[in-house]
Amino acid sequence: MQALTNRAKEVSREPMTFMERLYLPNIVKGMAITFSHIFKKQPTIQYPEQKREFSPVFRGLHVLNRDAEGRENCTACGLCAVACPAEAITMEAAERMPGEEHLYREEKYAAKYEINMLRCIFCGLCEEACPKDAIYLSETFAPANFTRKGFIYGKDDLLIPNKNNAPEEYAAARGAARV
Amino acid sequence: MTLLALDWILMLEKLILIAIIVFASLGIALYTTFSERKVAAVLQDRPGPNRAGPMGLLQPLADGLKLIMKEEIIPNSASKGLFILGPAMAMTAALMTCAVIPWSSSVELFGRKIDLQIADINIGILYVFGVVSMGVYGIMIGGWASNNKFSLMAALRGASQAISYELAMGVALIAVLMISGSLSLKTIVDQQMAPGAWWNIVYQPLGFILFFICAMAECNRTPFDLPEAENELNMGYHQEYSSMKLGFYLFAEYVNMIMSSAVMASLYFGGYDVPFLDESTLAPNIAAIIGVLSLLTKIVIFLFLFMWIRWTIPRFRYDQLMNLGWKSLIPLALVNMLATGAVILWQQG
Repeated sequence: MQALTNRAKEVSREPMTFMERLYLPNIVKGMAITFSHIFKKQPTIQYPEQKREFSPVFRGLHVLNRDAEGRENCTACGLCAVACPAEAITMEAAERMPGEEHLYREEKYAAKYEINMLRCIFCGLCEEACPKDAIYLSETFAPANFTRKGFIYGKDDLLIPNKNNAPEEYAAARGAARV
Repeated sequence: MTLLALDWILMLEKLILIAIIVFASLGIALYTTFSERKVAAVLQDRPGPNRAGPMGLLQPLADGLKLIMKEEIIPNSASKGLFILGPAMAMTAALMTCAVIPWSSSVELFGRKIDLQIADINIGILYVFGVVSMGVYGIMIGGWASNNKFSLMAALRGASQAISYELAMGVALIAVLMISGSLSLKTIVDQQMAPGAWWNIVYQPLGFILFFICAMAECNRTPFDLPEAENELNMGYHQEYSSMKLGFYLFAEYVNMIMSSAVMASLYFGGYDVPFLDESTLAPNIAAIIGVLSLLTKIVIFLFLFMWIRWTIPRFRYDQLMNLGWKSLIPLALVNMLATGAVILWQQG
């Protein structure tokens, strides 16, 4: 039969030589290998204290973005929900009332915006679909939770803090998010 | 002070010595479990347990606490008395061995000469073998009393393995006894300590290798840990055990390791002898302390060797295990014994 690759190695069926049947020399060889591993560098990252740096293209938890004046970008157009292959996004739109101009950028906003992190596959298509630059994938991942409900992230979890009245929280969120 | 024809101070002295040695061996065993995990980790490029206390040093206490807090399950169909007797016996047999091991020469305290050996009986090494064989009962009783076919089969595996390897071990030992001419461990050590005398390993390299392999099999250590093959043979004789009863079984293995290391050190590596040092020129108390440290160092080296082997090679298949025991080790041990006997006869002329 034609081999698919040239890497196939024929198994030797020859009876073992006396040295091989002694088995002890090979054990010693193996022990030398394990002993040499004592001096190898450990690749372990001590997790809660040290964290592995994510690559700049890492797609983690979502953030809902605000504009320069701290108003929500999202207009609840639903394009992200349509683009989402995992159907993880649900939203309800609402109309901006007079006097709420400092909260929402346009006349329509998302009253409810939920992402089910158990459904989400972190593909980033919502980010690409959004015409208003309202949703971004940050560099953190969803922490563990005790209930399934806890993985449904609402607006209060997703919305980035307002730069103008909560600068510290905003900086912290930005530190994890590449907005 | 002699009352009822008994030397009560001697009794007290021995009781204290027993307490010290038993608790010291338990403490060392406790930390052997920790170092087992550390050695495994280091050999596999991992840091190992490092969360409980500084460098993870409190890990064994956490492990023990966990085992004690676990639910104590005795299966309905188990034979209750025997189910409890199993781990107790394994542990007792493991600890009883320490009675005849000479931990060091004697110290002088309060004007008394105290031997650092619980009992220097003239059949010391036979006693060790007898007690170690009792450990098999712990395995058998535990496996049988669980009323679980897998436990029972594992117990049978364990028992037949222990019996097979004990034979080769005993024959390898006879060669040492022919050289020393005594069954007392103290005498054997003293002979190796005498100025100008070599350790028995020089005369018995093959015997030592055989003894070491058999000791590994006796302690159910990898590559001979078939009785408790965790992954492929459904745990082992302690499958139905939980909580501290399981802990006793696991712990007995480590105590056994320490004791067999001590026996091997005494038989082949001069016991508490420090090489190239004439202990008789030192003050007795200092010599005793150096002796204890020396024996402990040898034990630690053996323990590391046990662990090193465990984390290097996989376990044998059962037929390979039996073939190795009956077709290789026993004939080799017999040849070793006959050769030793022939050389001794030739030297005597």
